[in-house]
Amino acid sequence: MHGFACKRAQTYAYDRGRHGPTPKGIAMTQMPDAPRSFQEIILRLMSYWAAKGCAVLQPYDMEVGAGTFHPATTLRSLGAKPWAAAYVQPSRRPTDGRYGENPNRLQHYYQYQVLIKPSPPDLQALYLGSLAAIGIDMDLHDIRFVEDDWESPTLGAWGLGWEVWCDGMEVSQFTYFQQVGGHDCHPVSGELTYGLERLAMYILGVDHVMDMPYNDPDAPIALTYGDVFRQTEQEYSRWNFDQADTAMLLQHFVDAEAECDRILSADDVDAAGRRIIMAHPAYDQCIKASHLFNLLDARGVISVTERQAYIGRVRALAKRCADAFVRTEAAGAAPASRELETL
Amino acid sequence: MPDMLLELFSEEIPARMQARAAADLKKLVMDGLVEAGLTYASAGAFSTPRRLVLTIEGLLAESKPVREERKGPKADAPDAALQGFLRSTGLTREQLEVRDDKKGQVFFAVLEKPGRSAPAIIAEVVEAAIRNFPWPKSMRWGTGTLRWVRPLHSILCVLSDEGGNEVVPITVDHLTSGNTTYGHRFMAPARLTVTGFEDYTAKLRRAFVMLDAGEREAAIWQDAQNQAFAAGLEIVPDAGLLAEVAGLVEWPVVLMGRIGEAFLGLPAEVLQTSMREHQKFFSVKNPKTGRIEGFVTVANRETADYGATILAGNNKVLSARLSDAKFFWENDLRTVGAVGLDGMGAGLANVTFHNKLGSQADRITRIAALAREIAPIVGADADMAEQAANVAKADLQSAMVGEFPELQGTMGGYYARAAGLPEAVAAACKAHYSPLGPTDDVPSDPVSVAVALADKIDTLTGFWAIDEKPTGSKDPYALRRAALGVIRLVLGNARLSLASLIATSMIDHYHRLYRELSLQRRSGIAEAASELGISPFEVERLKMEADKRKLQAERPELLADTGIDERVARTMLPYTIDLLAFFHDRLKVFLKDEGIRHDIIDACIAMPNNDDLTLLVNRARALNAFITSDDGTNLLQGFKRANNILTQAETKDGVEYSYGADIKFAETDAERGLFHALDAAEYTIKPAMEAEDFATAMQELAKLRAPIDAFFDTVQVNADSEVIRRNRLNLLHRIRAACAPVADLTKIEG
Repeated sequence: MHGFACKRAQTYAYDRGRHGPTPKGIAMTQMPDAPRSFQEIILRLMSYWAAKGCAVLQPYDMEVGAGTFHPATTLRSLGAKPWAAAYVQPSRRPTDGRYGENPNRLQHYYQYQVLIKPSPPDLQALYLGSLAAIGIDMDLHDIRFVEDDWESPTLGAWGLGWEVWCDGMEVSQFTYFQQVGGHDCHPVSGELTYGLERLAMYILGVDHVMDMPYNDPDAPIALTYGDVFRQTEQEYSRWNFDQADTAMLLQHFVDAEAECDRILSADDVDAAGRRIIMAHPAYDQCIKASHLFNLLDARGVISVTERQAYIGRVRALAKRCADAFVRTEAAGAAPASRELETL
Repeated sequence: MPDMLLELFSEEIPARMQARAAADLKKLVMDGLVEAGLTYASAGAFSTPRRLVLTIEGLLAESKPVREERKGPKADAPDAALQGFLRSTGLTREQLEVRDDKKGQVFFAVLEKPGRSAPAIIAEVVEAAIRNFPWPKSMRWGTGTLRWVRPLHSILCVLSDEGGNEVVPITVDHLTSGNTTYGHRFMAPARLTVTGFEDYTAKLRRAFVMLDAGEREAAIWQDAQNQAFAAGLEIVPDAGLLAEVAGLVEWPVVLMGRIGEAFLGLPAEVLQTSMREHQKFFSVKNPKTGRIEGFVTVANRETADYGATILAGNNKVLSARLSDAKFFWENDLRTVGAVGLDGMGAGLANVTFHNKLGSQADRITRIAALAREIAPIVGADADMAEQAANVAKADLQSAMVGEFPELQGTMGGYYARAAGLPEAVAAACKAHYSPLGPTDDVPSDPVSVAVALADKIDTLTGFWAIDEKPTGSKDPYALRRAALGVIRLVLGNARLSLASLIATSMIDHYHRLYRELSLQRRSGIAEAASELGISPFEVERLKMEADKRKLQAERPELLADTGIDERVARTMLPYTIDLLAFFHDRLKVFLKDEGIRHDIIDACIAMPNNDDLTLLVNRARALNAFITSDDGTNLLQGFKRANNILTQAETKDGVEYSYGADIKFAETDAERGLFHALDAAEYTIKPAMEAEDFATAMQELAKLRAPIDAFFDTVQVNADSEVIRRNRLNLLHRIRAACAPVADLTKIEG
């Protein structure tokens, strides 16, 4: 059943609420510096977090279900080394495809993700500053931090935090990571996730996502979100639901799993005597397996009883990748021994 | 006498944890202070989303010195004993005193604990409270190792008296206490310096923080009611939501809005659930139409536009939510119209209930069969009960229940009516889940009762058959609640043999599990055969013989009445007996609330037909009233005395004294009086018992009290004449026999 109510979000990194309905035609008080387009909101978030010292990264070049899957979050939240990154991550949730017709459900959408390790003491204030930066007038709106703990069964991860409400609408998720890939987070990372379409529709006062201005509405060639994405939403909805070759996808899942295992089983030291743990290539395979599972799920070929088993298989990969990453220098582990380097 | 103020200021504490946390803080700190010798006059605890606060009045300025004497080993004890004593007291050999004791010279330690100042004790106690705080879930943040529910930002701790105030210095990891805090996050974020509790609450109020959750609740409720009243509407009361909302705001501002016309046709439960669960809105009802027409939201601040922007935003969010709900509702109605309610539930074949108990569809098939069996007993039409069971869970596959799981059953009722199913079937969709808790209403419609019983019994027998019983505090499938549900359903509605229903249901599970069981048994038999040196066939034969004997002894009716395959019944018998015992345990808990002692219930459980819970409870209630009366207590003593003498004689003589007491051998009036009294009692008790009139039977037993007392006062049972002795023992047996059909009085204590 691919009805409107498919509650399958547990397969994604974010279990709840990051893609729910969006209010229509909100009468945002138009401040003089209110943003006018989807991209302007993204640009403002970029500038804001860059000014606050984050490395502005680019999206990860693989299909993922949520911004958390980007190794800049999953892997970098592990280990002792400080980290501060912000990026947009295109996210795919095949079961949420609605052929571009639903005002607020998409199989491909964007998340804005910030990860700072260790979480700074003023993270809440920094976050509220970002809302002001994208045009939310703090004196007129009611911002609330409402309990919402996060758990990702696929990543073997959990944290405590809130969903942030603006006038009753969830605008972000705010999480203090406690465990990722089965490892305790020490220090703890603070993670912020903004559902960009929903947030932008709210700020821009748009009812249907496809009507949202993508670039400046006064530009010579003004484009809406629909101009950019309606066609692809239709195409991917059809492919996700009807056409994707399930036998091939199943094989790819098995292949990704096997390759991940093979990579992680390799010796730390290569033929030339260099110690190189291949955590990231292995993690790519884990991401692949996760997305393939989501595609199979959208095709309706995974039974209820099999679901847990598949999720468990992906989690097993994620844990092994985390085990590998924490042994690397990027995670703050001791560098490879001198003897090895001089060999 | 100084007063103390403590505030733990953090990021937003989940609403559901705040009240408990305030109480825990109070208990931890007060217990710690008292234990350290610091007593107080009164204390109060408060919570807001960002703070836990404790205020104490009339604290001692310092604890009293304590002198403690401890007795040690004998003076000539081995050195190891002395060293141990020195370690435990922290003294040296020279500091010990040697005193004369009854057994010789003994070491004594005199420990003097000097009084300590309040700040020193407070600092220690508060630090321990913070480090050991019992949050249901806690976390670390930044680089620290301290755990709190969310990051803890500051500790305010001030001790004040007429002379002034001082900060109690407390250090917990990177946090150091002070005398400052902050106001409302948005309306007055500046730092405040406070001197004591009064100053604190006054300054907080000016900084838009209402400290007392009770006051916030009252303010919200009052304002919401006023606004609704002014519009000719009324708020639907919801105490749980009120408490939650009061935990989400420091400065409550009530805003009321109207639900869009397009959504007013949605079922009231859908509107209420959607608003409550997702938006934490109160529902506002129009008393004239009875419909939910508006909502109340509680903001955390005042704004220059009097909340207009906030209300508009909330209204838009609600519209989006309700558009979804409307879409689900219309979609589901279309589905039901096209394929019927059973068609909607077709997908349940693919939904696993439990991996050992099959799919939801398997379960529904079993429940439907069992509901048919139960129907005639509870006065329901068997076909209708089966039909109701078949569709009662279909709404689990509806879009609406997918979005709002708490509407299961409720939506089924709506969809059943839309599909034109009989009202009894529609009602069963919701009612078959009842009763959910000890205070939940018990359904009374026969069809609902049949399906509700079948649903719960199937759950219980299923988990018993796969040996997943509740243990200790673990009851993941809520089996205790299911058993209580069965008890309450039966007591309210039916006379039935629970054992035969359990057996019938257990057989159904058996057929599913048979393959697995037989595999296991085969390997067990092979093992036993090699151990005993006999053939596997011989083991199987012996085992069957043993099982059969046990079955015939314990529950012959399972073989005789129900027509159940003997072999199957035998296999499931231990599970059936065990589950019945579980019901009896739950019944004890249930009756304990009525003040009926467990031994009184045991005396009734020991009687035949103890699986007829209505009979069992009637018997227990009557026996309880009887035993707690004066006559009952004395009769019990008489019975026990008779029974003891009789049992001793029977053991000694190796015979059973059960028949042949003859009044012609009676020698005294007391003896003859007992004969006549027993004749009279038996005459009345027998028909009363046949009519299950326990009260009359027990009143009649009570009349035996005086004759029995008189008998024991004047008659020597162990007479010299063997004939007389035997006659008297046989007479005592008549006492035992008269009491026997009422209850097993030997089980009663005292």
